[in-house]
Amino acid sequence: MDTAQKEVLFGLYDDEEVLLDAVRKAKGDHLEIMDVFTPFPVHGLDPALGLEESRLHIAGFIYGAIGTLFAFGFMTWVFTRDWPIIFGGKPYWSVPAFIPITFELTVLFSAIGMTVTFFTICGMWPGVNNPTLDDRITDDKFCIAFNTNGQSKTEVDRLKSFFKETGASEVNTKVI
Amino acid sequence: MSAVVSPIREPLIEGGKSYHQISEDLCSPTERTPSLAWVAAFMVAVTFLALYVFCVTWTIWQGIGTWNLNRTIGWGWDITNFVWWIGIGHAGTLISAILLLFRQRWRTGVNRAAEAMTIFAVMCAGQFPLIHMGRLWLGFFIFPYPNTRGPLWVNFNSPLLWDVFAISTYFTVSLLFWYSGLVPDLATIRDRSKGMRRKIYSFFAFGWTGRAKHWQRFESLALVLAGLSTPLVLSVHTIVSFDFATSVIPGWHTTIFPPYFVAGAVFSGFAMVQTLMVMTRKVLKLEQYITLNHIDSMNKIILVTGTIVGVAYLTELFIAWYSGYIYEQFAFYNRVMGPYFWSYIGMMGCNVISPQLFWSKKIRRSLFWTFFMSIFVNIGMWFERFVIIATTLARDYLPSSWSYYVPTWVEIGLFLGTLGLFFTLFLIFVRVAPVVAVAEVKQILKVAGDQYAGKHSHQPSAHSETHH
Repeated sequence: MDTAQKEVLFGLYDDEEVLLDAVRKAKGDHLEIMDVFTPFPVHGLDPALGLEESRLHIAGFIYGAIGTLFAFGFMTWVFTRDWPIIFGGKPYWSVPAFIPITFELTVLFSAIGMTVTFFTICGMWPGVNNPTLDDRITDDKFCIAFNTNGQSKTEVDRLKSFFKETGASEVNTKVI
Repeated sequence: MSAVVSPIREPLIEGGKSYHQISEDLCSPTERTPSLAWVAAFMVAVTFLALYVFCVTWTIWQGIGTWNLNRTIGWGWDITNFVWWIGIGHAGTLISAILLLFRQRWRTGVNRAAEAMTIFAVMCAGQFPLIHMGRLWLGFFIFPYPNTRGPLWVNFNSPLLWDVFAISTYFTVSLLFWYSGLVPDLATIRDRSKGMRRKIYSFFAFGWTGRAKHWQRFESLALVLAGLSTPLVLSVHTIVSFDFATSVIPGWHTTIFPPYFVAGAVFSGFAMVQTLMVMTRKVLKLEQYITLNHIDSMNKIILVTGTIVGVAYLTELFIAWYSGYIYEQFAFYNRVMGPYFWSYIGMMGCNVISPQLFWSKKIRRSLFWTFFMSIFVNIGMWFERFVIIATTLARDYLPSSWSYYVPTWVEIGLFLGTLGLFFTLFLIFVRVAPVVAVAEVKQILKVAGDQYAGKHSHQPSAHSETHH
C-alpha cells in the first residue's frame, strides 16, 4: 500500500444494487475510482470495476506441484539412494505406497502457500492495522472512494454531485 | 432488484432481516455477558477437561500398563476413540467444501460452527495416537527429520505413517480454511467494538478492510481451498481405514473399508453438528439463521449416509459368507454372536435401524427427535469402531491367545476427558467469534431471505421497499 497520505472523498450506499449502478455510471463518466469497499463480496462488481481475474489459483497450482515433486522425490531418494530397505518383499521403489503421502503433501503445500500468498499480497497479517474509511463498511454500508489529492474544487464538486445523483446515503472525507 | 421468488424453496434466513440486523444478531453473542446456561456448560466441560489432564498425566507417569490392553488386544478404547473423533471431524469440511462446490446455500447457516467443530474434533483425535505411544516425549520420531541414527527414515510404506501425514494435513488445511473465512467477520466485530476489545480484534482481523480486490482474492482462495479439501476429506478417512484394511487380519482386510469409513465419518460428523446446533441455536437465539430447513437438510444427509453404512455392514456379512474363507466367516460370526455381541447390536440398532426414522418429514423437522437421534448415532458410531477393533482382535488365529478386554478407569477417563476438551474449546469459540458466517449470510440474504423469497415474499418489508 501507498504510504503517502491521501485525501479521500467517499460515498456510502445502503444497497449493493445501487452501488453497482453507481460504479457503472462512474466508469461511464470516466471518474477514476480509487477503491470500492463492501461488507461482503458483491457479484458483478469485478467486471464493473474492470478488475482482472485473480491469479491466486495459478499460484496454488504451482505450490501444489512443488509439493508433489518434493514428496515423491524425497521418498524416492530415501528408499533408492539414501537407505534402501525391503518392506514386506516389495521393491525398493514401491510407487503405489508413495501415493497417499504425495497427495497429502500436494494439498498441504498448495493450501499453505496460497493462504500465505493471499494474506501477503493483500497486505494483511496478524496485528496489521490498515486504515479504514468507516466502521460501518464491515456491517451494512457499501463504499466508493475517490482520491482527491491535488484536485481542484470543481473536480471535487463533480464527484459530490455524482454521489448525490447515484443515491449515496452519506458523503464524507477522510485523510488516510 | 428482481429476486428469484421461488414457491418451492423455503427461506434460509427468517425474520425479514436487514444487513445491519444480521451483524447485530450474529456478533452480539460475543459482546454480551455469558448466559447462565453457558457458564454452567463451561464449568461442566472444564471439569471433564481436568479429568482428561489427570488421566493423561497418570498414563504417562505410570505407563501404558494402567490401560487394560493385553498381548492379544493391542488396540482398545484408545484407537476406537481416535477413529470416532476423526470421523466426527469430517462434517465441517464436507459442509464447507463439498457443499460450497455444489453451491448449496444452506451451508452458510452452519458451516462456520461445523468447521470449528471439525478442528476441535481433530485435536481430540490427535491426542490418542500420541498418548498411545506410551513415551509421549519421543512422539517426534513419527516425522521424517534428519537424525543422527544414519539418518534412519520412517517407513513411508506404512499406513500408520500415511495417517500422520493425512491427519496433520487435514488439521492444517481445515484451520487455514476456517480462519481465512473468519477474518472478515472478525473485522466486523472489530469495527463494532471499542477500547481493549477493539485492539484484540484488530490483531486477529489482520487489517481486513473489505476492498473489492481483496474480496475477489478471498473468493478465489475459498474456492481453491474447497477444491483441495474435497479430495482431502475423502482421503483422510480412507487412509484411516487403511490402518486396518492393509493388514492381514480377517475382518479388517477388506476393500470395502475406505468408502464405508468415509460414509460413516460423514454420518457421525453430521450427528455431532446436529447435537451442537440444536443447543447453540437455542442458547444463542439463532433460530432465524439455523432454521428447521437446515436441520431437515442435515437429517437427510444422516439418513443417506446411515443407509450407506447399513448397506456396507450387510455387504461385509454377505462377502464373508460368500468368500468361503473360514477365518473371514468366523470373524463375522464372532462379531454377531461372540463375546462382544452387545456392541454389534448397539452398532446395528443405532446406525442402521434408528436413522430410518428420518424418512418421516415430521421427525426430521422435530428438534427433540433430531437431538435424540444425533446422540444415538454418535453412540452407534462409537460402537462401530469398537466392534471393528476390539472384537476382531479378541479372537485371532490362535484360540490359545484369545482374550477379553474391558477398559480401566483411566481409559474411560481419557474418553470422557476428550469430550471435556472438545466442549471447552467449542464453548470458548461461541464466545469469541460469530458462530454463523456473517458475510456469507449477508451475501445470500437476497436469494434466501424470507422477505425476498419464499413464504412472506408477497409482503415486501420496509427494507426491500426503500431500495427498489
